[in-house]
Amino acid sequence: MLDIRPILSTLKRHKVTAILLVLEIALTCAIVCNAVFLVRQRLDWMAMPSGIDEANVVEVRPVNIGSTPAMHARVDEALNALRQIPGVEHAALANEIPFGGESWNDGIKLDPDVVTPAMHVTAFYGDNLIDAFGLQLLKGRNFAPDEYAWLDDITSGRKDVVIPHVVIITRFMEDRLFHGNALGKTLYYGGEPMRVVGVVGDVARPSIADRSLTYGSMILPVHMSEGLGATYVMRTAPGQSDAVLKAAAAKLRELDPNRVIQRKRHYSEVRAAFFASDRAMAGLLVGVCIALLIVTALGIVGLGSFWVAQRRRQIGVRRALGATRSDVLRYFQTENFLLATMGIVLGMVLAYGINIVLMVFYELPRLPPHYLPLGAIALWLLGQAAVYAPARRASCVPPVEATRGN
Amino acid sequence: MPLRDVHRAYHLSRPRVGTEFAYYLEMAVRSLRRNPMLTALMILAVALGIGACMTTLTALHVLSGDPLPGKSGSIYMPRIDPTALESSNDPLPPDEVTWIDGMAMLHARRATYQALMVGGLGTIRPEDPAIDPFMAPARYTTADFFPMFDVPFRFGGDWNAVDDERRARVAVISDTLNQRLFAGANSVGRSIHVNDATFRIIGVLAPWRPVPHFYDTNTGDYTTAEDIFVPLGAARDTQLPRDGGISCWGQGSGQEEQMESAQCVWLQFWVQLDTPAAVSAYQSFLDGYVREQHASGRFERQAPASLTSVPAFLDEKKVVPDDVRLQFWLAVSFFAVCLVNTVGLMLAKFLRRAGELGVRRALGASRRDIFAQLVVEAGIIGLVGGIVGLGFAWIGLMLIRINPDHSAQLAHLDLTMLVTTFLLSVAAAMLAGLFPAWRACQVPPGLHLKSQ
Repeated sequence: MLDIRPILSTLKRHKVTAILLVLEIALTCAIVCNAVFLVRQRLDWMAMPSGIDEANVVEVRPVNIGSTPAMHARVDEALNALRQIPGVEHAALANEIPFGGESWNDGIKLDPDVVTPAMHVTAFYGDNLIDAFGLQLLKGRNFAPDEYAWLDDITSGRKDVVIPHVVIITRFMEDRLFHGNALGKTLYYGGEPMRVVGVVGDVARPSIADRSLTYGSMILPVHMSEGLGATYVMRTAPGQSDAVLKAAAAKLRELDPNRVIQRKRHYSEVRAAFFASDRAMAGLLVGVCIALLIVTALGIVGLGSFWVAQRRRQIGVRRALGATRSDVLRYFQTENFLLATMGIVLGMVLAYGINIVLMVFYELPRLPPHYLPLGAIALWLLGQAAVYAPARRASCVPPVEATRGN
Repeated sequence: MPLRDVHRAYHLSRPRVGTEFAYYLEMAVRSLRRNPMLTALMILAVALGIGACMTTLTALHVLSGDPLPGKSGSIYMPRIDPTALESSNDPLPPDEVTWIDGMAMLHARRATYQALMVGGLGTIRPEDPAIDPFMAPARYTTADFFPMFDVPFRFGGDWNAVDDERRARVAVISDTLNQRLFAGANSVGRSIHVNDATFRIIGVLAPWRPVPHFYDTNTGDYTTAEDIFVPLGAARDTQLPRDGGISCWGQGSGQEEQMESAQCVWLQFWVQLDTPAAVSAYQSFLDGYVREQHASGRFERQAPASLTSVPAFLDEKKVVPDDVRLQFWLAVSFFAVCLVNTVGLMLAKFLRRAGELGVRRALGASRRDIFAQLVVEAGIIGLVGGIVGLGFAWIGLMLIRINPDHSAQLAHLDLTMLVTTFLLSVAAAMLAGLFPAWRACQVPPGLHLKSQ
């Protein structure tokens, strides 16, 4: 406060350099605020719960080389064998798994006569998926064994096949479609009426085109057949997943050597694969932020050193006139604080500008206001840290420098 | 002789152009060596900016590439809408066709080339018992696929329309598969076992990978080309498994045995139309076909048919990931900060030498001389920054290729990018040097002599 006026008049003499430094700080502030916000978005997205017992679920996906007659017996045999493996608590053949990538989607309707579907959802098929995935049944009941039908029977179009007419939906669907009270209500899936008999906690879809519908999932009492991307899902006792994966793959091949194991993985691998590009992007953004801050800091050090070298005689004069070392140190620190403040103010405006562009082109939400003070503090600290070395060098200029030329 | 005249005499006696540049160069190098830390800092800033820009620009360049250079503008996807009234959510007609419509358009032969195809996933059973059975991406297509997409052959050749009609058990395999099964030897005439069927190899492709995988984005926008190609009819006869998108309506279901008559679109159909006249002729053929099908009651509605070119299709499918664009803009703004940083440092540096420059001006150096010398100095920063930046770009691209995304693995530095890097780098640093150099030239000759 004591120093501000002389600092401002000195800066006026180095107008252009000062403006460039302010501009650099402003750009850095704006980019870093937005980049950190983008990283936050990615991290939030990557932390989305799948809704299943992630620690204990594993999958083994078979592909059949030869022809496979008697598919129903084949699946039953495989499931029985898998359930015998020590450590396996539940096993099912599912058509898809949350965040698995491949998704069976359809539009459901509440009124069969309305043309546009009420919601686009995914339908999970498989035997007792609630236990196999470790889902929480919040309301109603699980499917009864006699409510199940085989997928290949249903799609065959044979007249004698009884198509299931019950469904279990997620809490998300219940809230969005039935105002929190779905039990006993009817929805239409593929034109067929389905009565809601249960509600489970939210389960994520295998692939997500619209993030507002991440939990638009339902479960149907359908026995899957092998092929069509079907995968054996097992829930294991804690800590048993490694052993189970190995044993399950061996068992499935042992039952039929023509069954190729396309992949076997822990659920953590499913999740890692699904969010791989988000993780890479977040890493990249963090890297760019760090590089930006380093470049800006080095810029401050460089300019600071120049200014100190240029003003040695002035500093000497001030010292000779009685200014203490800490006065000189504080002078340069205050100067940097003023420049950083100007940069930050300009940077905030820029940050909002960039955010608006991102909102338009990348459908990003608005930058929350608390990012701005955080960005400001970060750049103030960065400025102070960067200017410390040149400022200290300035404070070491002896008073005798006043008598030297230049 | 006054001092001023001595200097002027020196300036006048100096030979022109070539040596003049050498003189500036020497002055610049001396000046740069006076502040090695600062010079390194400026070079590093320029190099980081250039490296980031080049990395992302290369990725963007590769991913938004033309899959059929010089030809993609004349390859079209005919689109008709056979769906029922109730399923009309999408304003665009489907990008796939039913078996019935695909076959009708194929047999009409109204285009230079036309091919009906679908992706698949076959299990290859090698004759060599040492190699385990493995899955390979397949494509079941009609003959024109190869000439239409300029697919290069290493051995043998493609099949023809007669083979399609006869549903001949023939196959064309990729270079990769040929390496894996036959160690790269000419395998034409040999057999390959896919699932339960056996095909005779009639052609082996040279390495071929269209980027993006434009003819079927269902199997991935940037997936590799398939490993095995067999006639569509033969694939249906042998029940090879399909892989890709399918969309049904009404009574349609994905039941494999009924795919030929199902109310499902599941095949891709592409045609080559060389002239605008051919395009409009094909359009009227499509319009006529839709009218006919509607009149006969097969199509519930008479939705307009359209022709989508390859570039338009890639735009529609938004194949270039948003993240890649975002990364590019991030790199550009990073470069901007680096340049502002460099301008600031150069300005400080040049102005600090105001005294020296003032003396030289007083001794008769023209403004142009000083300016040229400073710009050469900036140019050196740009040049060295460019070289180092190229190294950064190389590392950056390596990091990108480690990335699990399929698309990213394509990013390589090519010659065009190499030259662009250099020009961009030097030009940017020169531009960054222009302003400080101009400012420094404004120093009046006498001023700094006085202050001493």
